[in-house]
Amino acid sequence: MQVNETGAFVPTVVAFCCNWCSYAGADLSGTNRLQYPSNIKIIRVPCSCRVNPMFILRAFQRGADGVILCGCHPGDCHYTTGNYYTRRRMTLLFSMLDYLGIERERTRVEWVSAAEGQKFAETMKSFAAEIAALGPNRRLEDLRCRK
Amino acid sequence: MQKLGVFVCHCGTNIAATVDVKAVAEALGREPSVVVSTDYPYMCSESGQNLIKDAIREHSLDGVVICSCSPRMHENTFRKAAAQAGLNPYMVEIANIREQCSWIHKDREEATEKAIVLGRAAIAKVLLNTPLTAGESPVTKRALVIGGGIAGIQTALDIAEAGFPVDIVEKEPTIGGKMAQLDKTFPTLDCAACILTPKMVDCAQNENIRILSFSEVEEVTGFVGNFTAKIRRKARYVDETKCTGCGLCTEKCPVKKVPNEFNLGMDNRRAVYIPFAQAVPKVARIDPDWCNMLKNGKCGLCSKVCTVGAIDYKQTDTVLEEHYGAIVAATGYEPIKVDRYGEYAYAQSKDVITSLEFERLTNAAGPTSGTLLRPSDGRHPHTIVFIQCVGSRCTPEMGKTYCSKICCMYTAKHAMLTREKYPDTDVYVFYIDVRTPGKNFDEFYRRAAEEYGVHYIKGAVGKVMPRADGTLDVQASDLIMNEQLHINADLVVLAAAIEPSKTARRLATMLTASMDTNDFFTEAHPKLRPVESPTAGIFLSGVCQGPKDIPETVSQASACAAKVIGLLSKNKLTGNPCVAHSDEWMCNGCSNCASVCPYGAITYLDKDFRMPDRSTKTRRVASVNPAVCQGCGACTVACPSGAMDLYGFSNSQIMAEVDAICK
Amino acid sequence: MQEMMKKRAMELLADGTVTRVIGWRRGEFSYDISPAVFEDAAQIERDFVWDAFCGANVSKYLIRESAKGRVLAFLKPCDAFSMNQLLAEHRVKRENVYLIGIPCAGKADIDRIKARGIDGVTGIEEDGEAFVVHTIYGDERVGRADVLAERCLVCKSKRHPVYDELLGEEGEDLPDDARFAGVEKLEAMTAEERFAFWRGELSKCIRCNACRNVCPACTCENCVFDNPDSGISQKAAADPFEENMYHIIRAFHVAGRCTDCGECSRVCPEHIPLHLLNRKFIKDIDELYGTYRAGEDDETKNPLTSFTEGDAEPAVVRKRGRA
Repeated sequence: MQVNETGAFVPTVVAFCCNWCSYAGADLSGTNRLQYPSNIKIIRVPCSCRVNPMFILRAFQRGADGVILCGCHPGDCHYTTGNYYTRRRMTLLFSMLDYLGIERERTRVEWVSAAEGQKFAETMKSFAAEIAALGPNRRLEDLRCRK
Repeated sequence: MQKLGVFVCHCGTNIAATVDVKAVAEALGREPSVVVSTDYPYMCSESGQNLIKDAIREHSLDGVVICSCSPRMHENTFRKAAAQAGLNPYMVEIANIREQCSWIHKDREEATEKAIVLGRAAIAKVLLNTPLTAGESPVTKRALVIGGGIAGIQTALDIAEAGFPVDIVEKEPTIGGKMAQLDKTFPTLDCAACILTPKMVDCAQNENIRILSFSEVEEVTGFVGNFTAKIRRKARYVDETKCTGCGLCTEKCPVKKVPNEFNLGMDNRRAVYIPFAQAVPKVARIDPDWCNMLKNGKCGLCSKVCTVGAIDYKQTDTVLEEHYGAIVAATGYEPIKVDRYGEYAYAQSKDVITSLEFERLTNAAGPTSGTLLRPSDGRHPHTIVFIQCVGSRCTPEMGKTYCSKICCMYTAKHAMLTREKYPDTDVYVFYIDVRTPGKNFDEFYRRAAEEYGVHYIKGAVGKVMPRADGTLDVQASDLIMNEQLHINADLVVLAAAIEPSKTARRLATMLTASMDTNDFFTEAHPKLRPVESPTAGIFLSGVCQGPKDIPETVSQASACAAKVIGLLSKNKLTGNPCVAHSDEWMCNGCSNCASVCPYGAITYLDKDFRMPDRSTKTRRVASVNPAVCQGCGACTVACPSGAMDLYGFSNSQIMAEVDAICK
Repeated sequence: MQEMMKKRAMELLADGTVTRVIGWRRGEFSYDISPAVFEDAAQIERDFVWDAFCGANVSKYLIRESAKGRVLAFLKPCDAFSMNQLLAEHRVKRENVYLIGIPCAGKADIDRIKARGIDGVTGIEEDGEAFVVHTIYGDERVGRADVLAERCLVCKSKRHPVYDELLGEEGEDLPDDARFAGVEKLEAMTAEERFAFWRGELSKCIRCNACRNVCPACTCENCVFDNPDSGISQKAAADPFEENMYHIIRAFHVAGRCTDCGECSRVCPEHIPLHLLNRKFIKDIDELYGTYRAGEDDETKNPLTSFTEGDAEPAVVRKRGRA
C-alpha cells in the first residue's frame, strides 16, 4: 500500500486503453494539459477486446487497487466489433467478481474517443477518487501474494 | 542475457520541466539487462537518433526503450532508426512520459516516479519482444465489380481509366441497374437514360472492362490482393459472341404474354427478349420458363429467323474462375414489397402504384410511351396522391427503421413534372418531414411546392379505399390544420422504402464482409473509411452501403475506385506484423476464435501431429492468414487454451507490463 | 434397461456399426462407477453397468475414443447436451460416433446416502419414487429426493438434443427456477458475506485439477494454466489468490459453453460447490443476453462470441444486486 507525505492512501490504478480511441484520448488530455492523478498507469493494447480477464485478475493479484478498461465507443471500434465483445466479456467478468464478494467499484469500463481528452481526464480523476475512497484492496490483499 | 538500451528524451522542456530526466535515466539504468541508459534534449532529432543508433552498434543492443512522447507520435521514427542500426524495428518500445506524464502532472517528484514506472513497464515488455518481419504478398492487378448499376459502372470505368482490367458481374442480362428504369433525375431534370447509357456504352467499349452479364459470383476465396472468384455464367440460350442485337427474334417469337420486368410487369415482352433498347450487352436472352422450344421442344422460330445462328437451345451454365486483387460490392437495392401495408390497398387496386412504377409510366420507353395514364382504365388521372415514408422510418416490426433518403426528392420531381405536363392535375404529397439536404435540393422542393402548386400536407394517410366508381378514397390527417381529409384520387403513388438487394447477404458471407442489421454492408470506419469494408481488399460502392441518391452514389463509386486503384498500383502488400498466430500444439480447433474474427482471417485445417509415442494424430487446428489479420486480438481472449496470441502484444508481454506497474 | 443397453451394444458391435462401446464399469465399490471402454461382447456381458450410481458424464471420453474409430456411447440427457457442444466445437466428428439416448431419472449421491447412516453399500435399485440400497447389513429404502445428487434435483432437461437412436421414452425440458436458487441465495447476501463464503470454499482447493479433467467443456489439448507462454502457468499454487484466479478463469473459459452437467462439483474431493460459479455465468447470460443453452444446437452462436448493438453496459453490474 502506498501512502503520500500526508499519510493518505494512494491507490495503484491500471488503465488498459485501446490504441485507436482511448489511448489517443489520453494523449489529447496530455496535449491539453488536463491533470489527472499520477497513480494511474496506462497500458496500451490494440483494442479493448485484447484485454484478457487474466490481465485484470493479475493486476489485482500483484497489487492494483482498481482496474479501468477504456475503448472506442460501441459502434466506433477501429476493428468494427471488438468493443462489443469486450462489453459482454467485461460485464460477465465484473458480475462474477461482484459475486465473489470483490467490491464492484474496483473495476470499470469506459468508452472514450480520441476526441474526448476532457472525458478521459475526468474519468480518471473520478475513478482514482472512488478507489481512494474505497481504500486499499483489503479483500483482494488477503488473497494475493505479498512479498 | 539480453542487452537493453534506455533513452530518455527531454523534449526541450516539455518533459524535462516536470520530470527529472537524469534521475529517470539513472533509475532505469539500474534495471536488470539495461547496459546503457542516457538522456538527450531531443531524441527524435537527427543527432538524437544517431545517439540511439551508435549505442545499438556499440553495445550490440537486443532491445531499446525510449522514454519520450506518445508512440502515436514517433514510434515509427524510432523503429526506422533502430532498423538502420541493424536492430529489428519491433525490438523498440516507447514509454509515453510526455502526453501521459509530464504534461498532466505538476509535481516533479510524482511525475519522475511515474516516468520511472512507465519506463520499467516498457523494459519488462521489450524483454519479451520478438523480432518481427512484416509479411509481403503479391497483388493481382485486376478488379472485380459485383453489380452493374450506376455505382458499379462508375467504379469500373474509373478503375479501367487508370489502366487496370476490371470485370463487372451483373446478375441481370444487361447492366444499367435501377437508374436505367428512371425517367428524369433530380434536381436538374435531365433524363436518366441520356446520362446513363453513354456510360454503359463506355463500359462495353473500354478494353479494360469485361462485362459478365447474366452471371453471379458463386464463391470467393483468398485475401486482399489475392482473391479467387468462381463466377457462374448463366445460360441465356443465345451465343453472346454471335448475337448482333438486331431484335428480329424478339419480333417473331410467338410467346407474347410474358410480364416485362423492365416495366415492372405493366406490359409484356416475348419469351426471347432484349431487356430494353439501350441494353449493354445488346444481346437477346431466351426465358426458359416461357420458351416453347425449351419447355417442350416445339417451335424453334427464333433459331430460324436468326441470320447469324446465335440461338443455342443446348447452352448450359458455365463457371468461370478468375483471380482478382480487389473486389467491389455494388449490389444496390430493391424497393420493398408494399403489399403488406393493407391500408394502402396496393394489392386491391391497380391504381395504387409504387414510385418506381410511376417512373415507368412517365417514361417515353415505358408501357404508356410516356403518357401518364391510369393502369386500370388508361385514362388521365386528375388527382394524384403521393404517400411518403411507406415502410421507411418505421418500427422494425412494420418496416425499415432508417430513412430511405431518396424518396422526398424523387417525389418532388414526380409532383413537379406532373404539374408541368398536366396542369389540370391536382397533386397532393403526404409527408412526415420533407428532407432536402443536398446541392440545389431544397430550392427544387420549394419550386415544386411554390411555383408548381403541389399540395404538401404534413400528415399520415390512414387508409386508401377503392370506390365503386374506380376512384380511390384517400383518408388522411392534416397535422398542421389538425383536420381529417378525404381526397378523391385517381392515382396513389407509394414512396416505398428501399432495402439492400437480397443477394447482398449471401455475397457478404462469401466475402466475409460484415453487414449491419438491415443488411447494408458496414464500412471500415463510418467517417474516415467510408468506401472500404473492414475486410481488407473489399470495397463498397453505392446503395449496398446505405441509401443514397445518384450524385452521392457516383461520388462514392469514384472514391471507391480511387481506393481500388491505390491497392492495385502496389506491387506488393506489406502487412502489419503485429498479427495473431496460433500455437498448433495448443489449439483445439474449437472455432471460438474464428467466430469473433471480423476479418475472416482464421481458417481451420486438419493437420497430422507426431506424438511423443511416435504415433500420428490428426487434429483440427486454427491457422491465421497474416495478410488478412489486422491484429485486434479479439481471438486471443476467445481462445480458452491461450493457443492464440498476438505478436507485439502477447499475453506474457501485457502481463509483464501489469506486473511492472503493480510492483 | 441395463439388459436392453447391453443387448443393443452387442448387436452394434456384432454388425460392425461400431468397434468400441463407451459405458460404465464398477470400481472397487459398487457406487464407485466410472466410464469405461468395452471392446467385445464378453467384456460387456461381464462388466457393463447401468444403475443409479452411473452419474459420470461419458461425453468427454469420446474426444479420444472417437479419434480411433467409430464408437458407441450411451448418453443421459445431460451427457447429450455436453456431447452436442463438443460436436459444435468440432472436438468430435459426428460420423465417428453412434449415440444412443437413454432416459435418466436422476442419479444418487453416495455422500448423501452415507450421510443418512447407510454403510456397506453393495448396490442400488430404483423403485418408483424411492431407491432400494443394498448393503451388507440388508436393504434400505430411501426417498428419491433425499439422496439424489443436487444437480439431479434441479435437472434442466430429460430431453436428448442429439442421438442416433433412443432407448426408452424421450423426456422434456424442466423448469429452470430451482436451478438458480443457490446462485440467488448468494446474490442476496452482502459482498462481505459472499466474500467470506467463497474464501471459505475456494481456500479448500488443493489444485488437484479434477474439475478440469472431468469437465466436458474443458477439453483443451493443453490448458492455459499449463502454458508457459500464457504468463500464468503454475503447477502448484504460489499463494491463495491462485485458486481464485484458476477458478474464475476456468469458469470464464467455459462460460457460454458449460452445459451445467455438474461434473465439476461431483468430482471435487473438497466438495467445493463449483457449479455455483458456472451457474452464475449461465444466469447472467440468460438475464442479459436472452436464454441460451449450450449444447442445444450447433448453430446458435455462443453468447461470448456474439453481441448485439444494444447490449447492457458493464456498469449494469453496479446497478444490480446488493453491494
